[in-house]
Amino acid sequence: MTDELTHPNIPVPEDLKGTVTLATWEKFYNWCRARSVWPMFFGLACCAFEMIAMATSRFDFARFGMEVMRASPRQADLMIVAGTVTKKMAPQVVRLYNQMAEPRYVVSMGACANGGGPFKEGYSVVSGIDKLIPVDVYVPGCPPTPQALLHGFVTLHKMIENTKYKDMIWYHNRGQGEEFAIPVLGPDIFDPRQIPLIQSEAAKTPVAANDSE
Amino acid sequence: MNEQVAESEGVQLDAAVGSVEQASQALREAFPGKVRPDEREGYEGVIVDADALVDAALFLRDQLGFRYLSSVTGVDYANDGLLESVYHAYGAESGALVFKVQVGCGNPEIPSLVSVWPSANFQERESYDMYGIRYAGHPNLQRILTWEGFAGHPMRKDWREPYYEEEHKPFKTRHPDGGVFRAEDRNPFGRNVQYSPGFDPAKWEDIAQSAVYDGLMREVKEEGLQTETITVNVGPQHPSTHGVLRVVVVLDGETVVDLMPVLGYLHRNHEKIGERCTFPQIIPYTDRLDYICSMSNGLGYVLAVEKLIGIQPPERAEYIRVIMAELTRIVNHLMAIGFLWNDVGAYFTPVIYAFNERELILDLFEMVSGSRMMCNYMRVGGVFEDLPAGWMEKARALVYDRLPRFVDEFHRLLSENEIWRSRSMGVGILPAEQAVAMGASGPLLRASGVPYDIRRVEPYSIYDRFDFDVVVRHNADVYDRFLVRMEEMRQSLRILRQAMNQIPAGPVQTGKKNWTMKVPAGEAYHRIEAPKGELGFYLVSDGGSNPWRYHVRSTSMINLTPLAEMCRGHKIADVVVILGSIDITLGEVDR
Ligand code: SF4
Repeated sequence: MTDELTHPNIPVPEDLKGTVTLATWEKFYNWCRARSVWPMFFGLACCAFEMIAMATSRFDFARFGMEVMRASPRQADLMIVAGTVTKKMAPQVVRLYNQMAEPRYVVSMGACANGGGPFKEGYSVVSGIDKLIPVDVYVPGCPPTPQALLHGFVTLHKMIENTKYKDMIWYHNRGQGEEFAIPVLGPDIFDPRQIPLIQSEAAKTPVAANDSE
Repeated sequence: MNEQVAESEGVQLDAAVGSVEQASQALREAFPGKVRPDEREGYEGVIVDADALVDAALFLRDQLGFRYLSSVTGVDYANDGLLESVYHAYGAESGALVFKVQVGCGNPEIPSLVSVWPSANFQERESYDMYGIRYAGHPNLQRILTWEGFAGHPMRKDWREPYYEEEHKPFKTRHPDGGVFRAEDRNPFGRNVQYSPGFDPAKWEDIAQSAVYDGLMREVKEEGLQTETITVNVGPQHPSTHGVLRVVVVLDGETVVDLMPVLGYLHRNHEKIGERCTFPQIIPYTDRLDYICSMSNGLGYVLAVEKLIGIQPPERAEYIRVIMAELTRIVNHLMAIGFLWNDVGAYFTPVIYAFNERELILDLFEMVSGSRMMCNYMRVGGVFEDLPAGWMEKARALVYDRLPRFVDEFHRLLSENEIWRSRSMGVGILPAEQAVAMGASGPLLRASGVPYDIRRVEPYSIYDRFDFDVVVRHNADVYDRFLVRMEEMRQSLRILRQAMNQIPAGPVQTGKKNWTMKVPAGEAYHRIEAPKGELGFYLVSDGGSNPWRYHVRSTSMINLTPLAEMCRGHKIADVVVILGSIDITLGEVDR
């Protein structure tokens, strides 16, 4: 085991160095978790290609302990939202997120997932996946280079290492974490959480947004 | 590859009768009063009356030999109150015969041409979705890119998106009074949404899903064991690496009874945004169409604009364009083969081999354009910048030495593999006749024994100067498509070597660089042989600096038309393999 795990204040006898590590349970636990993140194999658009490039020999994310990509959300703990989230796809993305087990993380990759990107002005693009599910790390770029994405992972690792396990859901026996509302494809996509707002707006506006300009 | 067949032995499409001029003359004579020439300034082709459309189409196909319907699309001439459906048909050796049908905006209905050219299937659905033109007689006229239940037809000129700012770019300002505004802040919902008055979400019934299943065939067996069919959704999230494609499959046991691709999960309003942009502003968006082949997409687009303006890039730029386009073809075919192997179960090993070489080519792209994938390198009248110092040496080392060796190695590694051969030979057969009727193009068409390569039949740029073979194979199965791609990489290397030897010095841009330009009124359709097949750009200009209509004839989407045909009767596990052999990119399918 590496030195970084060993707690600096606890002395280890000289002849045991390299074989024995003394650390707090929390540190050890987070150290293990950070080095075994399993991403979900899930690409949306152009960015997915740089994600795959990151998995191949030149960049090789196996160096960070995450070579196993799982196609099933049940077996994954990291969702890389790699690409444009369209309105038609948004319900699926949220559903996949809901199916992941806690603790789960989301890396939003690229301008599109971060905020709509070059297609933001279009009518069928969700302006940022964080409107629907919580995001832990944002990676900018269009597409982000594989290096940038790796940097995103390192950032995520830091975040995991700094988690207090007392803050984790399982510690309080709080079950599987929150279910997020799945958007519905209506005349335009709508988020069930916004239903009251939509109803009150509909009562207010006498003309459609389309002709009001 | 000793089994490679010379192009002359391939199945030929029927030769068209004479030139396009003569054909349109013949058409006018056959339907007097119903077919008239399109006399608008800068337009070509004929306008056909809606009631004569099907007969005229049959006449074109059967008498005049226009057996390949390349593109169908709508145009909204809002100022004249007209909707137009534009068709581009090709014969074996001829150019495009353009014919159009015009209807009023009020109740637009046009007879469907699916019965004449099945390739119109998805394209008519798209035109219906985007413009609301109803194609009477279409077997399954549903929305394709948006979802069933979506409000409005978004490509109509009077339809505005929720984040609408102004009709055309450049917008006046996005930071009035010194502060930036975000589009979200001006929307009452803080989202990219809009609802018509009186819409009550609590009462909404979700019809988007149920509508999908309606068009599917469920076989009723006459004899034998009566088994029940089941409907399975593959996608939009699934472990095959072809993006967010959803395929609804009806299965009898493990055998495919019917199948339907459900598109639109990556619909990013490429065309609507394009019509808001100025002509040069569209170039970076084209990169994101087929994101593996950004260079080819850009090339196709700038060629269409150049056709409209009537300018020629300098010699050196022409060569650079060809070099980039062929490098792109190699990248694409590497990817196509790698991912095809993923689909048969060789999980990621060939992909990793392929990505090694792709990285080296991307390095070259990055050197010239500053970006690995989204190159944004082609310009109207040339290319962005000349090749930087040291580029040629690097490229030569690749093209002369490393890549040829790699292609041979890849071939040795894969082609004779026993499992691969048994999984791919005789699977997903697409006979030549059907391939042409369904609008297949690129390696998919050529593996069906049709030696049709636009670089040869209608050479654009400077492709007429190079010596290369059009690769054809005749078994029309997955294995042959794979071999066609293998061999095309070799042919691309051949073109690259010639281009690198002949490239002259000189400027790389005609005129001065500008982010906006006036383009004369008129229409232009330009198609190129992109790595995946025929990529066409249809542009209508009203004389301003923004296109009135900007349409992409997407190879990937139209190549999906024969998918159901190819899969019926096969096992479910073969569906993914057949899909992989078509080689699609969702960015281009859905745009
Ligand atoms: S951020 Fe850019 S590269 Fe990534 S999905 Fe969006 S458009 Fe494609």
